[in-house]
Amino acid sequence: MKTIGLGEAASLIPDGASVMIGGFMGVGTPERVIDELVRRGTGNLTVIANDTAMPGVGIGKLIRAGLVRRAIVSHIGLNPETQQQMIAGKTDVELVPQGTLIERIRAGGFGLGGVLTATGVGTVVEKGKATITLDGKTYLVERPLRADFALVSAFAADYLGNLQYALTARNFNPVIAMAADVVIVDAEHIVPTGVIAPDHVMTPAPLVDYLVAH
Amino acid sequence: MDASTIIARRIAQELRDGMLVNLGIGIPTLVANYVPAGLHVFFQSENGLIGTGPVPEEGMRQARLTDAGGRVVTALPGAATFDSATSFGLIRGGHVDMTVLGGLEVDVTGRLANWTIPGKMVPGMGGAMDLVSGARRVVVAMQHTAKGKSKIVSQCRLPLTSVRPVDLVVTELAVIAFPNGRATLLEVAPGVQVADVLAATEAPLIVRDDVHPMPLGSEVPA
Repeated sequence: MKTIGLGEAASLIPDGASVMIGGFMGVGTPERVIDELVRRGTGNLTVIANDTAMPGVGIGKLIRAGLVRRAIVSHIGLNPETQQQMIAGKTDVELVPQGTLIERIRAGGFGLGGVLTATGVGTVVEKGKATITLDGKTYLVERPLRADFALVSAFAADYLGNLQYALTARNFNPVIAMAADVVIVDAEHIVPTGVIAPDHVMTPAPLVDYLVAH
Repeated sequence: MDASTIIARRIAQELRDGMLVNLGIGIPTLVANYVPAGLHVFFQSENGLIGTGPVPEEGMRQARLTDAGGRVVTALPGAATFDSATSFGLIRGGHVDMTVLGGLEVDVTGRLANWTIPGKMVPGMGGAMDLVSGARRVVVAMQHTAKGKSKIVSQCRLPLTSVRPVDLVVTELAVIAFPNGRATLLEVAPGVQVADVLAATEAPLIVRDDVHPMPLGSEVPA
């Protein structure tokens, strides 16, 4: 793990990158990193996240700045700007059931070739996908997702990069930390190694590449 | 009593001690206000919380503690938080005993459409498809009609949320279940006649001999 400045962290991410971003309606999203991407105008991004938050909040800032070419998300209902960009053809939106989305990311990070789920069978979600029937029950074959970068928001990081999350800000964060080539963490608190007890570490340090300095 | 209150109070009678329950946005959220006295029910928010409590008192907001609609909430004693993979494992894995969701249409076999109106409203399915496919029991809380048109229909015109039929539909007029894949009238709201329900319903309903008034629990919320 390496500690780097905010500007340096954002400069790692090139135009056109695929980026997994933690957060649920903006809760548990690394806002500082998002702000820096907007400031730099890093564009043509593929964003993989639960949702696009609200206008001007979290991932909604990337949407408003026109930086998102493709979004793979479960929900855009609270962000009319995402819907407008989708209708205008500026942003491709792939809507994925939330449980399937997190499992596809988990599969990507856990070395699995995909997951089988009954969610979406017989609905528009099934379109273009293989199905498998096992023991009389039909499942969709859902493919794994990985990304170039994961932008993780943590409550606390120790000097080695062990992470702890708080309350409902955990959501996608520990799962995306497994599924990207480069993991960048913004933590609210940076604490001495040992402050987070082994049993309380939610993301182990070796998964973290960069911690954004305070 | 307004429609939402009737629906929420009736669905609260489905709660049992120790259940893990997921409530959707809108009318379903109101069910938590009418938990019968003496029952302890765990409420899940799919963003990663069991033990969801009411909105905090003034000055006690914690921005990292929200429900699935993004509202700042509280956590009750005994609450647990977890990541989204665990949260949806609880849902798909059959650990959620009951989910209560809103509805746009339910067809005569109990199939639900509740996530999109193509061309008008494309919010994304969020957790709805997982909840309807995975929860042990699915209860739909919705008004019986929209703009004068029945929401209980012969065939859904809107895209389905799941092919798995729901277990119960509760409206301000009636309680309908789907035994053997056929919409069946079980209960009517206070003051409502069977004929009123039939007149307001597009789908053909089987009317049980023992149709009875909805139980609504105590007047005063627990």
